[in-house]
Amino acid sequence: MVDLSEPFDVVVVGGGNAALCAAITAAQAGCRVIVLEGAPEFYRGGNTRHTRNLRLAHDGTTPTMTGPYAQDEFLDDLYRVTGGQTDKVLAELTIARSSELLSWLTEQGVRFQPPLGGTLNLGRTNAFFLGGGRGALNALYRRAAALGVAVLYDAPVTAFTIEHGFFMSAAIRHAGQVKSIRGRALVAAAGGFEANIEWLKQYWGEAADNFLIRGTPYNTGSVLRMLLDAGVASVGDPTQCHAVAIDARAPKFDGGIATRLDSVIFGIVVNRDGSRFYDEGEDTWPKRYAIWGRLIAQQPGQIAYSIVDAKSIRLFMPSIFPAVEAQTIPELATKLELDPVTLTKTVDDFNAAVQPGTFDHTVLDDCTTSGLAIPKSHWARKLDTPPFYGYPLRPGITFTYLGLRVNEQSRMLLKDGTGAGNMFAAGEIMAGNVLGKGYLAGIGMTIGAVFGRIAGEGAAAHARN
Amino acid sequence: MHATDTLREADRLMTVCNACRYCEGLCAVFPAMEMRRTFNDGDLNYLANLCHHCGACFYDCQYSPPHEFDVNVPETLAKLRNDSYAAYAWPGFLAGAVARNGLIVTLLTAASVAAFIIGFVGFADSAALFSAQAGDFYNVMPHGAMVALFGLVALYAILAFVFSLRAFWRDINGDNPSTGVAALGQAVRDTFTLRYLGGGGGGCTSEDEQPSSQRRLYHHFTFYGFLLCFAATAVATLYHYAFDWRAPYALYSLPVLLGIAGGIGLLIGPAGLFALARRRDPILVDDAGTGMDTAFIAMLFLTSLTGFALMILRDTAAMGLLLALHLGVVFGLFLSLPYGKFVHGLYRLLALIKYAAERRRQTFVD
Repeated sequence: MVDLSEPFDVVVVGGGNAALCAAITAAQAGCRVIVLEGAPEFYRGGNTRHTRNLRLAHDGTTPTMTGPYAQDEFLDDLYRVTGGQTDKVLAELTIARSSELLSWLTEQGVRFQPPLGGTLNLGRTNAFFLGGGRGALNALYRRAAALGVAVLYDAPVTAFTIEHGFFMSAAIRHAGQVKSIRGRALVAAAGGFEANIEWLKQYWGEAADNFLIRGTPYNTGSVLRMLLDAGVASVGDPTQCHAVAIDARAPKFDGGIATRLDSVIFGIVVNRDGSRFYDEGEDTWPKRYAIWGRLIAQQPGQIAYSIVDAKSIRLFMPSIFPAVEAQTIPELATKLELDPVTLTKTVDDFNAAVQPGTFDHTVLDDCTTSGLAIPKSHWARKLDTPPFYGYPLRPGITFTYLGLRVNEQSRMLLKDGTGAGNMFAAGEIMAGNVLGKGYLAGIGMTIGAVFGRIAGEGAAAHARN
Repeated sequence: MHATDTLREADRLMTVCNACRYCEGLCAVFPAMEMRRTFNDGDLNYLANLCHHCGACFYDCQYSPPHEFDVNVPETLAKLRNDSYAAYAWPGFLAGAVARNGLIVTLLTAASVAAFIIGFVGFADSAALFSAQAGDFYNVMPHGAMVALFGLVALYAILAFVFSLRAFWRDINGDNPSTGVAALGQAVRDTFTLRYLGGGGGGCTSEDEQPSSQRRLYHHFTFYGFLLCFAATAVATLYHYAFDWRAPYALYSLPVLLGIAGGIGLLIGPAGLFALARRRDPILVDDAGTGMDTAFIAMLFLTSLTGFALMILRDTAAMGLLLALHLGVVFGLFLSLPYGKFVHGLYRLLALIKYAAERRRQTFVD
C-alpha cells in the first residue's frame, strides 16, 4: 500500500490519456507520482475510454497510416474548424509535438492498427488504437504501474489547498475517509463538465435534462470548477459543448460510440411536431455530424426523428437499437408517437419537391429539392419504398469547451496573467486553448497526449528543483 | 428467432459490436461480423468457431460488465462454441456426450484400460503378459488385432467428423459457392500459426489482462506434438506394410524419434495449457466447458506419459500391463474424439476457410 502521508513529487488529478501521459513522463524523470482517479477502476479514464484514435502529423512512413500528413496541413485544418479561435503558439506546439506521439506511445506499450473498413477516410491523418481507447488506456496504466506510479480509484478531489497560486495539497474522499494528498507539483487532467447536468442547465436551461451524455457520469467538472474558483484564468466559451445526434434510446451516460446514428443524410429529420427543421443534405456526414446535436437541442422536447425508407436502410452503419419499422408513413408516425397527418404532409411535400438526380452518397450529389422553405441540398430521394424506418434522436454531449488557460509549458495561468508556480493542466480541461470551437476527429487525444507529456515534464522539473 | 438463450445473447452482442467496431483489428471475428447486418444461427455458430478465445476484446471493451450493455464476447462465444459441438455431433442422439464429456471420457478410458487388461489376461499367453518380451508388443496383442480394433474406432471417428463437419459447413456457408484453393491455403496458414490467438499483436490474455504469448506457445507444443505423434504412427505403418519392417523399432529410428519429439510436446503443451487455464480470468470462461477442455488435455498428456513409460520399460516384465494401460488410454481418446474438445480444431479450420473465402470475395451477407 502506498504511503499517502509523505508528499508526492507530482500529484496527477484525473485518470485519462492526458493524466497517464503526464504521470508516465514524470515517473520516467524519477519522480514519485500519484494518480487520483475520481471514477471506479472500470470507468477510469473519462472520455479516453470512448476514443479510438489520435490525429498526428507524420511523414507517411508509418506502416499503420496511409500518409503523409504535413504539419502545415494539420495547422490549416485546425484553423479552419476553429475559425481562428485558437492560441496560435499552443496550436503550433500541439502539431509540432504530435509528430512524436506515435513512437512515444508505442514505447509505452500502446498498440496501433491500420485503418479498416469504415475508418479509411481518417487513415492518413489519424492513428488508430488497436482495440480502441480502452485498450490504449490499459496499456498506459500497465506502463505507469511498471514505473511505480501509485493510482487511487474512487478518489475524487473534494478541495485543493492553493496558496498564492501555489498548490499545496488535495483533499480526496477515498474508502469512506477524507485524506490529504500533499505534492510538490500538480497536474490537473480531470476533463470537462459534460456530465454535470446542473452546470449545463446554466446555459441550456431545462433542455439539458433531455441531453444524453456520451461519456461516464464522472466527468463532472468539479476539478475545473475548483481551480477556476481558486483564481486560474479560464479559456473557451462556457456555453459551448460538442453535441452530436445519437439514438434517443441510448443510456443517460456512457453510451459512447455504439449509440451513434449515421442515417440523417439518407432521409428526412422531423421534430416532435412532425416538421422538418434543417437541411439534412447540407454537407457530408462527417462534416455535419457535430451540428445535429445542437439542432435537436433547440427543438421542442429536445427530440427528433430520422426517417428513411427501404432504399437507404443498408447504406449506413448498423445501429445498436433496431429501427422502428412500418409499411406506411402514418403507421410509422403512430409507432413514433407523432401526428400521422402532419408527418404524412411533411413526407408528401418533401417527395413532391424532390428533383431528378443521380444518387451517390459518397459525394455531394445532384439530388436536391426545389421549392421547400427548408431545402435538402444533396441526397434527396423520395421516401416512397416501404418499409419505412424511424430512429429517435437526442443530443449526445461529448465534451465541453470551457477550460483552464495555460502557457506553452502547460502551466496554468492565473487571472492576473502570471503563471502558476507549480500547477499544470493537460487534456480536455485545457483543450479550449487549442480548440476554441468546432471539432477535428482525434484532436482531443492529441492535445491530451502532447500537453500531458509537457505537463509531466514541467511538473517533474519543478518537483526536483 | 433463435433457439437458445446463448444464440440470442450472441445476436445481441454482435448487434452492439457491429455498431461500435473498435475491435475490428483484433481478430477475424469482428471483420466477419462487419460483413453482416443481421445474424442467423449459422452466422453465429460461424463467428463462435472463428473466435480463438484470446480475450483481448473483453479487456479492450468499454461496454464490458459492469457497463449496462454487459458485453462479454469471449464468454458468450465460448458457450455457443461448446453448444455447437453438441448441435453438430453425429449421430445426434450422442449430443449429450459432448455436454458430459469430462465424465464420459474418464469412464470410457477406465473401461478401455480394464478391457485391455482383461483381454490380455484372457486371450494372451499369461507367460507372455507378465514376462520380458524384448519389447515385442505383438507377443501380447497380435498386430492384426491391434490394427483391426484401432482401425475400426478410427474409421468411426472419421465418419462422425465427416457428418458433423458437413452439417456445420451447410449451416455457416448456406448457398454460397464452395471456396477456392487460395482460401484453403490462407486458412491452413492461419491454423498452423494460430494467428488469431495473437489478440491483434499483443497475444492472449491467458494469465491476466496483460497480453502474453504463453497460450499460443503451449498450444503449439500440443498441436505440433500431436501431429508428430501422428506422423510417427504413419511412418511406422509405412514401415510395416511397405517395407515389412516390424516393430519394435530402434531408439534412433524415424518412428521412435518422431514419437519422442511429439510425446515431449504432448507433455509440455497440455501441462502448460492446464496451468494457464487455472489462472485464467473466470469471467472469460464457459464453466460448462471446463470438463471437456480438461479431459482432452489430460488424455493427450496421459497418452504421452503412458507411451513414454512403455518405451522406457518395454524390455521389462512390466511391458504387458503398460501396453494395456497405453492402449486403453489411446482407445478412450479415440472413442471420445468426435464428442470432445478435439473437434474445436476441425470446426475452427472450416470457419477460417469460410473467413478467408469471404475476405477474398468481400461478400456482403444479409
